[in-house]
Amino acid sequence: MGKNHPNVDPYVVSRVRALESLLLEKGILAPDAVDRVIQRYEGDTGPMLGARATARAWVDPAYRRRLLEDTPAALGEFGLGYEVLVVKENTPEVHNLVVCTLCSCYPWPVLGLPPTWYKMPAYRSRAVSEPRAVLREFGVQVPASREVRVWDSSAEMRYMVLPERPAGTEGWSEAELIPLVTRDALIGVAEVRVPGSPAAAPR
Amino acid sequence: MDGIHDVGGMHGFGPVEREADEPVFHAPWEATVIAIMRAAGSRGIYNIDEFRHGIERMDPAHYLASGYYEHWLDGITRLLCEKGVIAPAELDARTEFFQARADAPATAALPGSLPPRPPANPDWLQSAVRAASVAPRFSPGDAVVTRQFHPHGHTRLPRYARGKRGAIASIHGVHVFPDTNAHGRGEQPQPLYSVRFDAVELWGESAEPNQRVHLDLWESYLSPAGEAGGARSEP
Repeated sequence: MGKNHPNVDPYVVSRVRALESLLLEKGILAPDAVDRVIQRYEGDTGPMLGARATARAWVDPAYRRRLLEDTPAALGEFGLGYEVLVVKENTPEVHNLVVCTLCSCYPWPVLGLPPTWYKMPAYRSRAVSEPRAVLREFGVQVPASREVRVWDSSAEMRYMVLPERPAGTEGWSEAELIPLVTRDALIGVAEVRVPGSPAAAPR
Repeated sequence: MDGIHDVGGMHGFGPVEREADEPVFHAPWEATVIAIMRAAGSRGIYNIDEFRHGIERMDPAHYLASGYYEHWLDGITRLLCEKGVIAPAELDARTEFFQARADAPATAALPGSLPPRPPANPDWLQSAVRAASVAPRFSPGDAVVTRQFHPHGHTRLPRYARGKRGAIASIHGVHVFPDTNAHGRGEQPQPLYSVRFDAVELWGESAEPNQRVHLDLWESYLSPAGEAGGARSEP
């Protein structure tokens, strides 16, 4: 079995259906619960809330301050009640990176479901001990003069990175900036780029 | 426990393999596992700490050979059996039923009418903060040493950060303590701190340059740096 491929063992499929059946029978699982999960995540096709908050922070300095210092209130402006998120800002001095070494804690309400690589041992093991090597694999070169700060989500606090606004977007509107912000940038494994621009040179 | 789940700093897993245009779900059963995880948790069958410890007790070889949602399936099944919600024999029998009828929907094995469901608590995952008025022992900037221990039960102090010196970066308030809450010994809320570690303290001469790691750690994991009983003797 590949490291990054789902288990399609027919036994697992039957086992899950058996569990679903038993929990329906025992009054624990609602008949529409599975459909609601699929609708919630497969229907979630708009920009991530994390991307919308980032774009607003780039154009509105007061919102940026709220997002960093009073995150629940800043998310509440988008209608989300999420008390446990902490936002860490990338700066010329610090590059932030988020991981959960013990399981796969991830800020689902702002980033959606985590990608498989975030949940697999390769990322979880290496992000804390060799984050610069991991970042190079993702195409991000962090010079030694810039601190790499890793956030290992060991409790119920959740972390999101506020990436740096890319050069060349001066005067862009919030709506124009939103599509530039990727999930990977909000985890800290990518920088935000203007499409067609070359990778930033190491500082 | 020093289980296979505690992978921080381990070697040998290779490069990070990414999947281009990854779908939300690779198969419908993954969504079913999410629905089951939430249904059982929100109806009080387990708390999040018991759920995590259920996964940690997987067979290590199986853990490494399987993916995220199979980890969940294994841990949930373990807890449902331990708590007497289902019997292993009835799950095996129902699994055989669906192995023989691969296209049958989950409702195929059911009686005509379903029983009423007990009320669910939709906030069961977002309630680790407690209003307890516990005065924090440490302040931002304080030097601390983490415990050096190897408990058989659940803990959120990873191996790579045990017996290490760090500094309090900030205080997150008072949170449910997973080490007791995973074992039916109550919430025992404690102050939770963001603790900053220099990579050299964690990885010694193997550390990359100019790196720090922040962990969220409960007060009882920490001692003032240099206090007797701290995990490291002073040089």
